[in-house]
Amino acid sequence: MTGYIEQREKEATELRLNESIASSERPKPPSAVASTLTFATRALLRIKHVPEQMFDVTVFPVIFLLMFTYLFGGAIAGSTEEYLQFLLPGILVMTVAQITMYTGIDLNNDIRKGIFDRFRTLPIWLPSALIGSLLVDVVRYSMASVIMITLGFALGFRPAGGLMGVLGAIALILVFSFSLSWIWTVCGLIVRSEKALMMISFMVLFPLTFVSNVFVDPRTLPSWLESFVDVNPISILATAVRGAMHGTVTAQQVIWVLIVSVIMTAIFAPITVYLYRNKK
Amino acid sequence: MVNASYQADATDWAIEAKGLVKVFGKHRAVDGVDLTVRKGTVYGFLGPNGAGKTTTIRVLATLLKPDGGSAEIFGHDLSKEGDEIRSRISLTGQYASIDEDLTGMENLVMMGRLMGYGRAAAKIRAAELLKAFGLQDAAKRQVKNYSGGMRRRIDIAASIVVTPELLFLDEPTAGLDPRSRNQVWDIIRALVGSGTTVLLTTQYLEEADQLADRIAVINQGKIIAEGTSSELKASVGTGTLSLQLAKAEERSRAAEILEDKLSVAVHLMPDSTSLTAQINDSFLVAEALSELAKNQIAVSDFSFGRPSLDEVFLTLTGHAATEEPQPEEGGS
Repeated sequence: MTGYIEQREKEATELRLNESIASSERPKPPSAVASTLTFATRALLRIKHVPEQMFDVTVFPVIFLLMFTYLFGGAIAGSTEEYLQFLLPGILVMTVAQITMYTGIDLNNDIRKGIFDRFRTLPIWLPSALIGSLLVDVVRYSMASVIMITLGFALGFRPAGGLMGVLGAIALILVFSFSLSWIWTVCGLIVRSEKALMMISFMVLFPLTFVSNVFVDPRTLPSWLESFVDVNPISILATAVRGAMHGTVTAQQVIWVLIVSVIMTAIFAPITVYLYRNKK
Repeated sequence: MVNASYQADATDWAIEAKGLVKVFGKHRAVDGVDLTVRKGTVYGFLGPNGAGKTTTIRVLATLLKPDGGSAEIFGHDLSKEGDEIRSRISLTGQYASIDEDLTGMENLVMMGRLMGYGRAAAKIRAAELLKAFGLQDAAKRQVKNYSGGMRRRIDIAASIVVTPELLFLDEPTAGLDPRSRNQVWDIIRALVGSGTTVLLTTQYLEEADQLADRIAVINQGKIIAEGTSSELKASVGTGTLSLQLAKAEERSRAAEILEDKLSVAVHLMPDSTSLTAQINDSFLVAEALSELAKNQIAVSDFSFGRPSLDEVFLTLTGHAATEEPQPEEGGS
């Protein structure tokens, strides 16, 4: 009797299998917007299932802000509260710039796991795979910004630019970070291992964020270093963000941030897409 | 009309490749592969690790640009009509090509959306596939918690959210237990039944024998033999004598005796006690066996008949398909 039942079960499974295979019609390939949103949904679902990955946008900002405010505050500006007014915009820039590197690491993981190959054999507008996850990264950066500014406010940060100034500053950071992320997607596509990728990212980000005007006024630096700090994209962004938050921003400062962002995107986004399509 | 099956016109081919070459540095991973695969059939790539099977598939699936040669997939040029080809094919790679952090359901809905389904249609399709693949109970579990067999099934399900015209399967049953392997085979047969062309790679000779209409034996980037499983076996010889000895240390002496009696080459199999020889004359076989008995060499198992694909591979390449010893089935 068991043989009979097993046979019937097997037949039922086969029937379902055949139906599910036969019933599929071929829909039109998705629009660029639809596929981008699908990849964004994937990134959101990943956050839901692996909430640990939010560590970098929640705990990092808190640690960084507390650490640098109380470490340097007394020495550099005489009081922590006074230093906070100078430091917070800069440290926000630095934190968000540093967490952009996880974009490259996520992409690198996809490549090593094989899902990358599946995406590349789909009839989709390929950049949507990257833009979708970058859009969710922008949400992550906003979260880091809100957390840091809220904590700063509790510690005595009082932006003279008001709410509009703060929102404008965050907008500048998001535009800049989105553009900066393309550098990491290029690295993520070239570098073989996650470890090597981390090392490269740190080697670029550490000097870039520290040798800037985030912590100190560049006028206190030797002139050769000052000239580097002045052209450092992180300084350019920090200056504009500081200005926006304290209500002293100039159009020129904002335009410089936008120019730097456009240049980074124009160079690294096409390289990313080319590498994504032609990856060995 | 006699030979109609061999005089198919161009529209009958799913894949037509000529002289495909792919070079990595100095290593010619694919070295002049010619290939024609008829629509609606299963084509098997058989070969050991590193033979160039995966690279060939990746070239045909538009993932790698060939360094030489040309190919058409359903009449579309591989180098020029990538989008056209991508809308007809699907690839299930060697490693799970799905997001392991997402649930089975979420993965299939995502694939449905990326194939162009609306939100609701994608959900219905995902549920239907999960049920057909016996995964409805695991729908809400993250794929990283799936067993090997379930992972393979969800992987294949993701490849057929929209039933592709051509499906590439890279070692679909590697590392699966026999039950899961049979399930995957059933799925492949059902797909072919609905008209999908399947190109699969395998190192398992039995798998190629079971599923593939035609088989290409690949070694060092080259196709060294091609045909149906019976043709391949026939090309090696119509009869094969397989012997397993009770004692490994007697094998070289047994080989000498057999070569002397049968006057054909005797191959030593990867395990230490088996040997095979291509021979057609059953009387000679009987004589050879009694000669072994006279010399006090005990035979624990023997068979005489058409060669297995293992033996085909051994004869064609001079080395075995797999490194591990293949336990022989008794008296087959």
